[in-house]
Amino acid sequence: MVLYSLTFYLFSSVAVLSALMVISAKNPVHSVLFLILSFVNASGLFVLLGAEFLAMILVVVYVGAVAVLFLFVVMMLDINFVKLREGFLQYLPFGALLGIVLVIELGILFLTDRSSNIYNNQTPIQPIINEVENTKMIGQILYTEYFYLFQICGIILLVAMIGSITLTLRDKGGVKKQNIDSQNTVDASTAIEKKKVKIGEGI
Amino acid sequence: MITLEHYLFLGAIIFTLGVLGIFLNKKNLIIILMSIELILLSVNINFIAFSAYINDISGQIFAMLTLTVAAAEAAIGLAILVVFFRNLGSIEVNKINQLKG
Repeated sequence: MVLYSLTFYLFSSVAVLSALMVISAKNPVHSVLFLILSFVNASGLFVLLGAEFLAMILVVVYVGAVAVLFLFVVMMLDINFVKLREGFLQYLPFGALLGIVLVIELGILFLTDRSSNIYNNQTPIQPIINEVENTKMIGQILYTEYFYLFQICGIILLVAMIGSITLTLRDKGGVKKQNIDSQNTVDASTAIEKKKVKIGEGI
Repeated sequence: MITLEHYLFLGAIIFTLGVLGIFLNKKNLIIILMSIELILLSVNINFIAFSAYINDISGQIFAMLTLTVAAAEAAIGLAILVVFFRNLGSIEVNKINQLKG
């Protein structure tokens, strides 16, 4: 149990510190790298909670896809990042005050809300790790009870894909394209042009 | 002894850091998108902590849905960012007034 607590504090402190670095790093490339560190630590926490499948998905989707996409965009755009940081210190006192108030309020909420029976047990609750492995449980419920949600996820991803392609597609002039409609509606009157050619002359 | 409240506090702190990131980096659109990712991560932590402590697998399904939406949001957000940069040559948020809203 001590090991569990130590692991929790290690992972959560690194996650919080790297989240802090994400919003305060001067170089956006460093920000993206700290975001990756934060997500890896969060996936470690998911393993601690017995959600191995989600931990792996988090690493694959976030570190493998989303963070690399961020890195790609940060490196592709040629931006003066020093200019973008103007006003950071100006808003810092107000922002810090607001953040402290938000954390304290949320903490008070967690510590005083004992009305719900969910975690009101007298015995300390442990994360419950079942005999059936996590991936199997998710599969059993995802493709039966939540099947429509699963399909809506697919539609959301399709719409996002089409949207980002249409947003970034640039129509360069001078590219020859096939016009299938006009090809199919061709008939003899438009395709063939009759001309009388006099003998000895060209057209 | 790690209780549910520990995880909820962690989620609250990461959520607050995400909100702070939006406040402090008012100009840099990329950092704002990353802050939104942090907020969604804290949502996921809450979902999975509740799922583990209540012993209900549904929370993990919803965390997966959140992941999907976050991925779609990142893709579209970055596409808009690229188009915006191509049009204006800058990603300063306060220059986004093309819609004259």
